[in-house]
Amino acid sequence: MGKSFLPDWFTIFLYLILVLFGWVNIYSASLNDAATGFFDMNQIYGKQALWIGLSLVLIVIMLSLEAKFYYRFSSIIYLVSLLSLLGLFIFGKTISGATSWYSFGSFSLQPSEFAKAATALALAKYLSDIQINIKSFKNQLSAFLIIILPALIIIPQPDPGSALVYLAFFFPLYREGLSGLYLILGFSLLFIFVFTLAVGSLWVSVGVLAIALLILFFNRKKKRKHISRYVFLGGLAILFSLSVNYIFENVFEQRHRDRFNLVLGKEVDSKGIGYNTDQSEIAIGSGGLWGKGWTKGTQTKGGFVPEQHTDYIFSTVGEEWGFVGSATLTLLFVILIIRLIVLAERQKNQFSRIYGYSVAGILFIHFAINVAMVIGIFPTVGIPLPFFSYGGSSLWGFTVLLFIFIRLDAARQEI
Amino acid sequence: MRKFFPIVLVSLTGLIFLIRLLYLQVIDRSYEALSRNNAVSIKYDYPQRGYIFDRDGNLLVANQPSYDVMAIPREIKEFDTIELASLLNITKEKLIERLDKARIYSPRLRSVIIPQLTQDEFALLKEKMRKYKGFYIQKRSLRDYKVNHSASVLGYISEVTQSEVKESSYYKLGDLTGRSGVEKQYESLLRGVKGVNYVQKDRFNREIGPYKNGIYDTLSVKGKDITLTLDQELQAYGEKLMQNKHGGIVAIEPKSGELLSVVTAPFYDPDLLVGRKRSGNYTKLYYDSINKPLLNRGLQAMYPPGSPFKALTGLVALEEGVTDINTKESCSHGFRYGRNAKMGCHAHASPLALTPALANSCNAYFAKTYKRIIEKYPTAHKGMDVWYNHLSSFGLGNYLGNDLPVGQPGRIPDGDYYDKWYPNTRWAATYTLSNAIGQGEILATPIQMANFTAAIANRGYYYTPHILKAIDGEPIKDEKFTQKKKTSISKEHFEPIVEGMHQVYTSGTAKYLQIPNIEICGKTGTAENFTRIDGKRTQLTDHSLFVAFAPKDDPKIAIAVIVENGYWGSRYAGRIASLMIEKYLKGKITRKDMEQWILSHSLEEEYLKPYSGEEFKINQ
Repeated sequence: MGKSFLPDWFTIFLYLILVLFGWVNIYSASLNDAATGFFDMNQIYGKQALWIGLSLVLIVIMLSLEAKFYYRFSSIIYLVSLLSLLGLFIFGKTISGATSWYSFGSFSLQPSEFAKAATALALAKYLSDIQINIKSFKNQLSAFLIIILPALIIIPQPDPGSALVYLAFFFPLYREGLSGLYLILGFSLLFIFVFTLAVGSLWVSVGVLAIALLILFFNRKKKRKHISRYVFLGGLAILFSLSVNYIFENVFEQRHRDRFNLVLGKEVDSKGIGYNTDQSEIAIGSGGLWGKGWTKGTQTKGGFVPEQHTDYIFSTVGEEWGFVGSATLTLLFVILIIRLIVLAERQKNQFSRIYGYSVAGILFIHFAINVAMVIGIFPTVGIPLPFFSYGGSSLWGFTVLLFIFIRLDAARQEI
Repeated sequence: MRKFFPIVLVSLTGLIFLIRLLYLQVIDRSYEALSRNNAVSIKYDYPQRGYIFDRDGNLLVANQPSYDVMAIPREIKEFDTIELASLLNITKEKLIERLDKARIYSPRLRSVIIPQLTQDEFALLKEKMRKYKGFYIQKRSLRDYKVNHSASVLGYISEVTQSEVKESSYYKLGDLTGRSGVEKQYESLLRGVKGVNYVQKDRFNREIGPYKNGIYDTLSVKGKDITLTLDQELQAYGEKLMQNKHGGIVAIEPKSGELLSVVTAPFYDPDLLVGRKRSGNYTKLYYDSINKPLLNRGLQAMYPPGSPFKALTGLVALEEGVTDINTKESCSHGFRYGRNAKMGCHAHASPLALTPALANSCNAYFAKTYKRIIEKYPTAHKGMDVWYNHLSSFGLGNYLGNDLPVGQPGRIPDGDYYDKWYPNTRWAATYTLSNAIGQGEILATPIQMANFTAAIANRGYYYTPHILKAIDGEPIKDEKFTQKKKTSISKEHFEPIVEGMHQVYTSGTAKYLQIPNIEICGKTGTAENFTRIDGKRTQLTDHSLFVAFAPKDDPKIAIAVIVENGYWGSRYAGRIASLMIEKYLKGKITRKDMEQWILSHSLEEEYLKPYSGEEFKINQ
């Protein structure tokens, strides 16, 4: 570490605030009568304190390593990561239905939390290669493969939430010049998917035809010759809508259907599948403007929100710290992610920039999906809130992810 | 563009979240209540309802334990509906219907599924209760009647209705409230205050201790025991005498206005309206249109008071100075007051002064006197108003203001009343002559008749009749009931009237109803009455009326008895009044033959006549 070592203290500061605020809320969410003190190792908050302490050690290690180390070993890290994911099928330990853990005595590790950083490194390395052009379809395919491989291994564990996170890599891909058409295509498919479930194939088809006619009407003169293209796309959209219907009814399992139906407002059942979301909304909603006060949340104390110290930790914030607290936390995440994008932009080498965008993307997806789920605007997907949710693997995974970038940014003069 | 898209996306997402959070946490306040229902369950601790005693401290109404089967719909697991239905002694469909109703009310909150199981019914269910997840038992207390009379005075309790819950901040669905009689009137005293316990729960609905260490919890306050003015022996005896008859008895202690007895007939056992059998029995009582057992005839039925009213006509005449105790009026089997108008009268000596006229119940005397009262004033209208004012000072013509939840105002006409009747005619005293003898337009309830009798017994004042004597042993202090109400008649005018009423017993119409060793004053009455059969006004057998007080110079009881269609006054009402007075003053009956006559005579046939659809004769 020479003169060029200039870590972004602002980001580190945000990280520390989030981790500590997270612990404060985990403490409240997991408080029970058996508690003896803040660092009682039999308690969840005590363990989290230990994970936080150990992540400080990790940070020191991450920052001590040469920036070049990450560049050189990215492929190996990626491979090790894939192997660790595959190894779960043989050595994995099943916790609450998902075989996503390695168990070392009383201590478990979730490799998927580290795979994100590994994938980001591998993608950055691949795309920063001078010979790779994102505009070429072949290279696009390779990039997609790097991204989708870990996701494909994670999905059957089953852990669809963790797999969903790999959508985050759209951030760096888009930044590096991936055609906006993919974005439009992605959004179109998403819209058709959601609307098909909400109002049915017939209306979606009507809508698609209406849009097609509108486009045709306004482009009458210029693009008459492209008529066949519109017809083709329209037909494709309708086909997709019909297939969504088919997939939804015949391929999806009931629990998946339920999750979607719930968010689409088709089923209201506070006891069954909607219970988590419902309870979480009640917890947040009952917080009011100023909240019920730390450790004073009745929802939190009553244990009404399942997984509250992990995936639903945001609801504790909402209940006990009110709108003031939850809005502040939301802003902290937005500021952190934007800060990371700004940092990524100031990188001189492509590897660091791509990695930076990957970090921003991953944090964004986690933040967006987790909070959206907790406040009831997205189906239930089990992914943690970065730095905030309880869990050593998750905390360490995000710490590693973030501090590799801080190390790269600190060395932006070197490479 | 490519640099800003991610920043815009992140910022937009943050904005959407902020809006959603603002909505959830600041704009939509409904979550607060949801959270309270959710995490904190409210348990009520129902206090014992207050006991009810009679004036001598005999327990009339106590409590017995009962058990409500409650359910929290969202906690109900699959169960054997047929088995539970049979344990609860209802049909399976009924059970499912009740559960659906509870679910609609609230899936989170407790609802009563089957209310008020008795101890025995509960014993069957008790052991199997744990098989039914989501069902709970709530212990409540029901009324336990120690007497089998006085149902309509004591009243009953039943569950509050949905609309009552909405209107009140106290009652919750499933709570019990007083529905009639004393239970209704003194609900707030009897019910006490239920205790509220806030219990913190976890998501498995396990109770994990008092909410906020119980700082919001309140203790229940036991209902107050109340002592009624009723004499339970007299009350029981009154119902016994009134069996097979319709009518009412009201007895008042003149010196205090305390209601010694309020009897209505037909009557029913108060125990019929306890617990689960209540609703079926109530329906039966409600639809009994011949007997109308839910009508409290002592308080609600308005009758023409008939001859007892002559005492009041005499008092008003003396007060107005239109006659004195020596003025005699002739009677030639009645009073001819127009070319074709005559008020008939029975055979008696003539002419008579006030006291003997009252003793002999001379119609002509009181008709003539009444005419003088009205004609003392320049217009009949003014005369009627004066008449009205005097009578209303006896508590007639309006609600008495007693402390029972039902009543009727009766009717005393004033000048305006006849102006409406005769809008285009100059009406005169003679148009309203029947009022003189308590017929015509005059109506009064038995309690009003007992009350004016008490006012005569007191020689000019009364206390508003009331049924509450003491609360938790403390005598009532309500000025409404402890303050004398003066009539508009001077004290000295009462003696001749009292003497006349005394002579009713010594030489008049109630000669055979005397009680040995008790100086008793009374007045018989026979009131014509009509009903409509197929739209045709049809006369029925006269009502038998009697008012009396005793002893003459130290009155301890004033009583009014009405036996519907009992024919002349002394036939039924007079006998019953006499027996009641003896029972109260002596505690025993010396004239067993008279008692036997009353007990063995039924008027049921008389009551069926108008419903028979056949021609019938009256006054036989």
